[in-house]
Amino acid sequence: MIQITPRIEASKFMTFASPLLAILLTLIFGSILFTVLDKDPLEAMHLLLIAPLSDAYNISEMLVKMGPLLLCAVGLSLCYRANLWNIGAEGQLLMGALGGSAVALQFVDSEAWFALPLTLIAGIISGMIWAAIPTLLKLKFNSNLILTTIMFNYIALYMLLWGVHGPLRDPEGFGFPESAIFSDATLLPLLSEDGRVHIGILFAILLSIFAAFVLAKSHLGFQIRVFGADEPAAKYAGFNHKKLTWCVMLFAGALAGLAGVSEVAGPIGQLVPGISPGYGYSAIIVAYLGRLHPLGALLSATFMAVLYMGGDLAQIEMGIPIAVVGMFQGVLLFFLLACDFFIHYRLTFTSYSQYKH
Amino acid sequence: MDIDFITQILFAAIKTGTPLLLIALGEVICEKSGVLNLGQEGMMLMGAVVGFLAAYTTGSAGLGIIGAILMGMIMSLIFAFLVLHLGANQVATGLALTIFGTGLSAFVGADVVGQTVQGFQPIIIPLLSDIPILGKVLFTHDLLVYVSFAMAGAVAYVANKTRTGLILKAVGENPHAANAIGIKVLRVRYCAIMFGGAMAGLSGAYMSLVYTPMWIENMSSGRGWIALALVVFASWRIGNIMLGAYLFGLASIMHLVLQGMGWSISPNLLAMLPYVATVVVMVIISADHFKEKLLAPRSLGKPFDPRQMA
Repeated sequence: MIQITPRIEASKFMTFASPLLAILLTLIFGSILFTVLDKDPLEAMHLLLIAPLSDAYNISEMLVKMGPLLLCAVGLSLCYRANLWNIGAEGQLLMGALGGSAVALQFVDSEAWFALPLTLIAGIISGMIWAAIPTLLKLKFNSNLILTTIMFNYIALYMLLWGVHGPLRDPEGFGFPESAIFSDATLLPLLSEDGRVHIGILFAILLSIFAAFVLAKSHLGFQIRVFGADEPAAKYAGFNHKKLTWCVMLFAGALAGLAGVSEVAGPIGQLVPGISPGYGYSAIIVAYLGRLHPLGALLSATFMAVLYMGGDLAQIEMGIPIAVVGMFQGVLLFFLLACDFFIHYRLTFTSYSQYKH
Repeated sequence: MDIDFITQILFAAIKTGTPLLLIALGEVICEKSGVLNLGQEGMMLMGAVVGFLAAYTTGSAGLGIIGAILMGMIMSLIFAFLVLHLGANQVATGLALTIFGTGLSAFVGADVVGQTVQGFQPIIIPLLSDIPILGKVLFTHDLLVYVSFAMAGAVAYVANKTRTGLILKAVGENPHAANAIGIKVLRVRYCAIMFGGAMAGLSGAYMSLVYTPMWIENMSSGRGWIALALVVFASWRIGNIMLGAYLFGLASIMHLVLQGMGWSISPNLLAMLPYVATVVVMVIISADHFKEKLLAPRSLGKPFDPRQMA
């Protein structure tokens, strides 16, 4: 007999084993899927998981994808810990790209040293503003944060499209919906000669360490943890919910905005309609997979970036549609949620002999 | 602006509002049972792509509809199993469903992007369609629009006038009390979630078989999310949902209206309108904190675990 019994305490082991188990199950699911589709599962898995790490160019491209995923996921981890369902990283990222581009395009013919800092600050502030509006609406008018942030994602997308089709379009671009190419003064310095990896990835890693430190050691981090674990207790302790909400949301907005501006001032080098292949949405999964911890996000963002990169390779080499990456992400989150069941429950194997007594 | 123009606009508003109405009708039942399913967008997209594929391969739009409904139900079953049996967080599971559905629909639909199918022909209802203005606006649509009218009536009737509706309400308001009087809470919630899935699938089929009629990646463009907002600001009332759906239909075709009136605004700015309208209406409605608390199903979003009852 197999029985499900509640655990008395949440299992530490399962908390960390669950993401690995979920990844394993997703890979098994993927292998079955590829077999059904008549694609060699071993080759597909090799392309998805190993090939992205096989040479310097691929690793560099992988890091390019990891930067925005990590930045968004770190912000979201803190939000979700504080029970703030911010789904708006995608919109904040797009606005960061738009705001940053608006400033960068003022420096197209310039070599000024302050061009890059101004561009980055503009991106960060744009992301913060895009996070601030839903926060304000939530605190002032009690509106549902999930729905407002989602709506703001769509609004941001059309803002971006309006920007590249309208005021920010390159006047000499033959009518293509693209901005002028940024000057070198507004581009993030590259980390290596070959490849597109830039110092944005260092920002992302440093910020995730910073966030981990805040969460573990500061009073603010303590408040976030208490709010997540037991909201009534946090209110009883007199923690200022409004202030906390503002801090966490603005931080998440700033990070997502930085992610956006780092894309246009990094690998892309101009404003185009397709800034993000859904980084802001994937970051939700990255955050969960990383156990809502900034350092966990570091690991899970690496995995997700490998998957993105592998998806590109699998599309080129085997003609597997890139959408397979999005599907795997969803499956991964399903398996993760299912595995998390065993943090609070366990299977007990009872033999019939027990019933005899 | 002449009468003809207004008639056309209202006709289009109903047509555009129909997918919102269908999906919101499913979600409102789901929420009345106390379950918040944020996977609407994913279920809708899967319904759209499967409905399209079924109609494309068999040549029958009717089979497309059935396929879409079944697909929506299968999707909702994944959600139901995770949240009802494994006690997974409803918000996270719903998001997973949306991400999964968006990815999977793009994956399976990759080969038929840009193909078209024979959709439904409009059915002009005799006599009723002769009523000036209203006749043209309401009774010259295709089959699915009439289905949505009928579903709205049926859902309102079942939810408000029948024993089934009462059970649904009991489960959504207080699952523990419902459980105590012998109602199978999880079974009721399963049914409610699957009804939501079926309606989301149907709504998707409307998009890919009637509204466009073709399959485009991400073609629901946030309608599943708008429907979720619609349920909130309709205060979980069917009549309000219907009105809201058509108002949002109107907001979505505003660019046609303004073009007709000779305005020229960037189409991208006008495309924001439904989303901006959603935020604005949500702010106005939910500003009254007390009222929303009173109207929302009390156990909405909270898991119920019969294992912990003993």
